[in-house]
Amino acid sequence: MISIIHILFAVLLAPLALGVINRTKAIFAGRRGQPLLQLYWDLFKLLRKGAVYSRTTTWVFSAGPLVSLAAVLTSLLVVPFGGVRALLAFPGDLLLLAYLLGLMRFFTVIAALDTGSSFEGMGASREVTFSALAEPALLLGLAAMGRRAGSLSLSGMYSGMMPSDLVHHGGPVLILVAAAFLVVFLAENARIPIDDPDTHLELTMIHEVMALDHGGPDFAFIQYAAALKMWVLGALLIGILVPMHTGLPPLDVVAALIGMFLLAAATGVIESTMARLRILRVPQLLVAASVLSMLALVLVLD
Amino acid sequence: MNNWIEALIVLVVLTNLRLLGTSRLIACIRIVAFQGILLGVLPLLFHANDLTLRVMLQAAASTFTKGVVFPWLLSRAVREADVRRELEPIIGYTSSLLIGCVLLGTALYVGWRLPLPGTASTPFMVPAALFTMMVGLFTIVARRKALTQVLGYLAMENGIYTFGLAFAEKEPLLVEMGILLDVFVAVFVMGITIYHINREFDHIDTDQLSSLKD
Repeated sequence: MISIIHILFAVLLAPLALGVINRTKAIFAGRRGQPLLQLYWDLFKLLRKGAVYSRTTTWVFSAGPLVSLAAVLTSLLVVPFGGVRALLAFPGDLLLLAYLLGLMRFFTVIAALDTGSSFEGMGASREVTFSALAEPALLLGLAAMGRRAGSLSLSGMYSGMMPSDLVHHGGPVLILVAAAFLVVFLAENARIPIDDPDTHLELTMIHEVMALDHGGPDFAFIQYAAALKMWVLGALLIGILVPMHTGLPPLDVVAALIGMFLLAAATGVIESTMARLRILRVPQLLVAASVLSMLALVLVLD
Repeated sequence: MNNWIEALIVLVVLTNLRLLGTSRLIACIRIVAFQGILLGVLPLLFHANDLTLRVMLQAAASTFTKGVVFPWLLSRAVREADVRRELEPIIGYTSSLLIGCVLLGTALYVGWRLPLPGTASTPFMVPAALFTMMVGLFTIVARRKALTQVLGYLAMENGIYTFGLAFAEKEPLLVEMGILLDVFVAVFVMGITIYHINREFDHIDTDQLSSLKD
C-alpha cells in the first residue's frame, strides 16, 4: 500500500524538485527566481498546444518522448524510496532499472538523430558517450550494494540499512557508492559539472540540444520524463544517505521526501558554486566515479 | 578501531588514484603529503590500546617528514623550476586511472594469495601496500617531469612502509626510520638536482635528457 503512495508522490512531486533546484540557484544569484511550481505551469501550457512535425521525420521522432516517459514511469515501480520497499521486487531488478533508463536514453537519442539536424546529432553523440561511461559507475555501485546486503533486488539491498551504517563497519563502502552515485546523478540529469541545463548554446549543451525540435505535448513529455528520471536516480542516492527504518512506513516516506528535497537543494548549491567542466574533462570525472564504485565492490568482495 | 583503520586504508587507496588522475604538480605534492600523514597516523591506531612514547615519537617523526618537510622541499623545487603542470604525460590521465583500476585488481589478487608470516589486522593492508608501490612505479614510468617522478618514488616508499606495517607491527618501525632517512636524503638530493637540471636546460623534462648529445 505504502509502496503505491510513494509512486504517487514521485509522479506528483518530481517537477517540484526541479523547482527547488532553480529556487536554490536563484537565491545564490541574489534573484527572486521563478515560482517553485513553474515547471507544472510549463507542462500544462505545453500539453494544451499542438505539436509540429517536420516532414523529414518518421514515426521514430514522435515515439521518442512517449517511450522515454513510459520507460521512466516503469522504472519507478522497482525503485525503493528511502526505507520503503518498491512495488515490484525480484532478483535482478537492478538490471531492469539500468536497462529501462538505457531504453529511455536510446529513444531520446534516435529521436534526435531522426531529425537529421547536425546539432542534435552532436548532442546525441555526447549523451551516448557520457552515459556509456556513467553506466559502469551505476552498475558497479549497485553490485557493491547487492553484495553487501546479499540480495539481488533493489528493495532487498536498500532494506535493513540504518543511518549508523555510514560510520560503522562497511561505512567506507556506502560512502564510496554514494559519491559515485552523486556523479551519476549529476551526469544523467545533465546537471552542472557535466552539462548546463540553463544554457541554450548548441555547441556546449548535451541533453537540451536533443529536445530542440520537439514541441507541444512531446516537449512536455520530455521535460516530465527528465524530472522523473531525476527522482529515480535521486531515490537511489537518498536510499544510502537517508536510510530510515522507523517501523512506521508513513514516517519513512516523509523522511525520504525531506531527503529528496535536501538533495535537490544540494544540487542547486553544487550548480551555483561550480563551473561546468570542459567537455574533454567530463570522461575523466565519470571514469573516476566508476573507479570509486569498483573500489567499493572490491571492498565487499573479501 | 578496525573501522578507522579500514577507512584510512580506503583513503590511502583514493589518494593513489587521485595521484594518477591529476596534472597539477602542487596538487600532486599535497596528495602525497596527505598520504604520508595518513600512514603516519596509522601506527597510532594499531597501538591505540598500548600507546608508548616510542610509537608516538616515531609516528610524529614520520608524519612530520612526509607531511611537512618533503612537501616544503618539493614545493620549493616547483617554485624555482616554475612549472605548474605536467603537460603531455606519456600515458594520459584517464587511461592512467583505468590502468590504476587494473593495478588495484592485481594488487588484490596477489595480496590475498601471498602467504605471509603473521596476521595483518585487516585483509586490505597488504593489497593497499602493493597497490601504493605499483602506483609509485607507474608514476615514475608514465610521467615525464622529474618532479612527478620524485613523487612516484615517495609513493613507492609509502607502499613499502605500509607493507612493513601490515604484518609486523612493532619492530619494522626501526627499519622504517632507516628508510625514512634514506628517502629524506634522496628527496633532498633530487630537489637540488631538479633545481640544477632546470637551471642548465630551462625545463625538468627527463625524456629530453637522454637525447642530449654533444
